Amino acid sequence: MIKIFEAVGNYLILMRSAIAKPEKPRMFWIEVFRQATEIGIGSLVIIAIVSTFIGAVTAVQFSYQLKSISLVPMWWMGSILRKSMILELAPTISALLLAGKVGSNIASELGSMRISEQIDAYEIMGVNAPAYLIGPKVIAAIIVIPMLVILAVFLGLMGGWFGGVAGGYFSTAEYVRGLQDAFKVSDLNIMLIKSVLFGIIISTISCYKGFKVEGGAIEIGKASTQAVVLSSIVVIVVNFIVAFLLL
Amino acid sequence: MIEIKNIKKSFGDHEVLKGVSAVFDSGKCNLIIGKSGSGKTVTLKCMVGLYEPDSGAILYDGRNVMDMDFKERKAIRREIGMLFQGTALFDSMTVHDNIAFPLNMFTTMTEEEKRERVNFCLKRVNMENTNKKYPGELSGGMKKRVGIARAIVMNPKYLFCDEPNSGLDPKTSLVIDALIKEITQEFDMTTIINTHDMNSVMGIGDKVTFIHEGLKYWEGTTQEVMQITEGELFDFIFASEFLKDLRRRAKY
Repeated sequence: MIKIFEAVGNYLILMRSAIAKPEKPRMFWIEVFRQATEIGIGSLVIIAIVSTFIGAVTAVQFSYQLKSISLVPMWWMGSILRKSMILELAPTISALLLAGKVGSNIASELGSMRISEQIDAYEIMGVNAPAYLIGPKVIAAIIVIPMLVILAVFLGLMGGWFGGVAGGYFSTAEYVRGLQDAFKVSDLNIMLIKSVLFGIIISTISCYKGFKVEGGAIEIGKASTQAVVLSSIVVIVVNFIVAFLLL
Repeated sequence: MIEIKNIKKSFGDHEVLKGVSAVFDSGKCNLIIGKSGSGKTVTLKCMVGLYEPDSGAILYDGRNVMDMDFKERKAIRREIGMLFQGTALFDSMTVHDNIAFPLNMFTTMTEEEKRERVNFCLKRVNMENTNKKYPGELSGGMKKRVGIARAIVMNPKYLFCDEPNSGLDPKTSLVIDALIKEITQEFDMTTIINTHDMNSVMGIGDKVTFIHEGLKYWEGTTQEVMQITEGELFDFIFASEFLKDLRRRAKY
């Protein structure tokens, strides 16, 4: 238990030093842009493929079950899918994917920088290493992850349309009617809140795990795994808390 | 001149430095030698600020780092250049960007001025025309040279080298040693080299500090080292029975 408190304390101390004013704003923002490109472009394909098929399979599964209840009109599918993608599937599935891809990448990158003394080299030069190395990653994640989630929503809905129409469960007109029915902007706000929170969780936990690596190559692997596992667990718990509080 | 006074440092229950005191002269190559685990790397890391000593004083030309606030320590760090054991070059940057990094962070030089300064440093370490290469494309010796170039780019007053010859063949080690010696004299720096390579001690050392089991065991010039005929330092220098025998025969 003491170890958990110690880890939380160390995490908070590290994050406090990471939000310090950058020494050279130009260099800082160049690094933010580089990280944003790495997280965004690097995750585009996997997010696109997974969200499209999640949308498609959700449409097929729901339609299959709704069809057995003949009282429910099939245009509801558009509405169900929209709500599911915006409120739950796109943010959560994207966050779990990104925890795996981006989280492990960040932890192993910082871990190997720590082992090869590159972080010490920054410190010797007088650079605030947490602010220069962690700050841009967190800001990039906060900017890019919501964008990826928005893309996931769009592609998920496209996948749902394809799955439902191709399976003969509903027509394009029915699906579009469902999508437009009782649309609430507050749903988008919840989606964005979740995305930003997940971005902070994934980037900060992974940075912490990578930054605190001690030892050698085996420890980098362990830190990378721990970053993914811990980020995923925290994402799931926070997802529940946000849903509980905001829905 | 850098002076350390009664530096103590523990990790958990393990006391690594038990009160090390030493003086490192300006414009000289000061060597810290000792067996693996003797505390020489911890001493060096305490001096550059990577470890906070539990007690003691570290004086850079009379300025005690232990009494300084965060800003003052950062200012001192700008006067320090360091060559790391594994070079610690930034993998994601080219050679040019590695060397230009401190200039980008801490100076208002124009791009042209920075380019000139980087080229000067690369030329000084005989590494011209490698600007666009990445560290992964360089050999061990080349990486060390780029590491030296990055360490001197800000024109530091103090140069620290942690095991500059580790992982290098004997011939390349001599080249790196000679380079460090030349640069120390040329830029009138206080250079502190952490090593267990006796070739370095004899080749470039002006002053030698021998650390043994967390304490300064011996301090003197390179010439004085060769007068040692017994004790821990003798065992360290002439590690094998063959060398000890040669040394004894040479004496008589």
